[in-house]
Amino acid sequence: MARITASVYTSHVPAIGAAMDLGKTQEPYWQPLFKGYDFSRQWLKENQPDVIFLVYNDHATAFSLDMIPTFAIGTAAQYQPADEGFGPRPVPQVIGHPELASHIAQSVIQQDFDLTIVNNMPVDHGLTVPLSLMCGQLDPVTQAWPCPVIPFAVNVVQYPVPSGQRCFNLGQAIRKAVESFDEDLNVQIWGTGGMSHQLQGPRAGLINRQWDNAWLDQLIADPAACAQVPHIEYVREAGSEGIELVMWLIARGAMADVAGGPPPRVAHRFYHVPASNTAVGHLILENN
Amino acid sequence: MALDKPYLNIPGTTIFDAEQSRKGYHLNQFCMSLMKAANRERFKTDPRAYLDGWPMSEEQKQAVLDMDLNRAMALGGNIYFLAKIGATHGLSFQQMAGSMTGMSEEEYRAMMLSGGRSVEGNRFIGEDGDAQAQHQPQGRAARKTGN
Repeated sequence: MARITASVYTSHVPAIGAAMDLGKTQEPYWQPLFKGYDFSRQWLKENQPDVIFLVYNDHATAFSLDMIPTFAIGTAAQYQPADEGFGPRPVPQVIGHPELASHIAQSVIQQDFDLTIVNNMPVDHGLTVPLSLMCGQLDPVTQAWPCPVIPFAVNVVQYPVPSGQRCFNLGQAIRKAVESFDEDLNVQIWGTGGMSHQLQGPRAGLINRQWDNAWLDQLIADPAACAQVPHIEYVREAGSEGIELVMWLIARGAMADVAGGPPPRVAHRFYHVPASNTAVGHLILENN
Repeated sequence: MALDKPYLNIPGTTIFDAEQSRKGYHLNQFCMSLMKAANRERFKTDPRAYLDGWPMSEEQKQAVLDMDLNRAMALGGNIYFLAKIGATHGLSFQQMAGSMTGMSEEEYRAMMLSGGRSVEGNRFIGEDGDAQAQHQPQGRAARKTGN
């Protein structure tokens, strides 16, 4: 049977992708950030999954205001990096896992979550920046991401976004879905976005280091309580775009302890301010 | 019965909810069109003519021409959509976000490098933090206008 072995959490700031694409990672501004991912790149090589289930949000790329799905699962065989206005990022195309993705879609919908099934979508920085952070620079033509990826897009652009509680419950449903897949697959679930940031208005640039770290502590130790943090607290304390953090609760809900297993091992924790407008948070949790 | 909108009392912040989305539909869809290189060229060549091809309000068009992002957001724009205009002009997210504070690019960058904007005084309208209406614009621009 397939099983979830670990969860990875990381911000997905577009400027991080640009820094890698433009060869700026060794500049003093970026060096401390990338240093925080040295461990993670080695860890991913040593703990290579068969599939990554990657929770992210689309930033008005595949989904305009024509359609705004709250939860969208990609069941395609491949996805192209999107042109977000600067031209597509020079990264490999993303190979999907249609069999597992379709299986998860069917199982999760039968557990009462209304997913939108997507067979054709470009993927933006929300998905490719976490892959770049964890895998390093890859040649778009001669190299490939280490394994297939199932994109799972969450609406956090138009309010109201799904609550932390609903995301946490969804993570539990995804875990059940993965475990009911017959093939032996090592699956990692990644939750991305955040941490505190606000990109708009006179309050732009808001960072709340204290709140972010308290939230991380709670996400690790008491995720059920963390899931109860209401929308308004994210917006007020972590900025209007800090609400992306609800996506981390999907990954956290899929971990074994939530289903009665032992607590996860914290393999890595990192926090850095700033990357452009944003506080960068990063965690790796392993199921024991 | 009115919807509960507890986020209306946060200073310097526009939450893109269903009401804003409805107001900004054509503005935001115009922004989406800039994801195609050919459209970016057409827009850059004659912004006014390109905008006139969209059923946007005159106010919305003017906000785009002025690159007044606060105004564009008040008129229903969303930052992830508006970012496509910035990208067309070669602006980074940091330059766009900074432009909404009144600070110069250097001032905003320095604020971020020193840990970002504090939440203190900026949680509720009526407090005295730097994002409050009585402290706009921020940075050197404030001293120029005598605020």
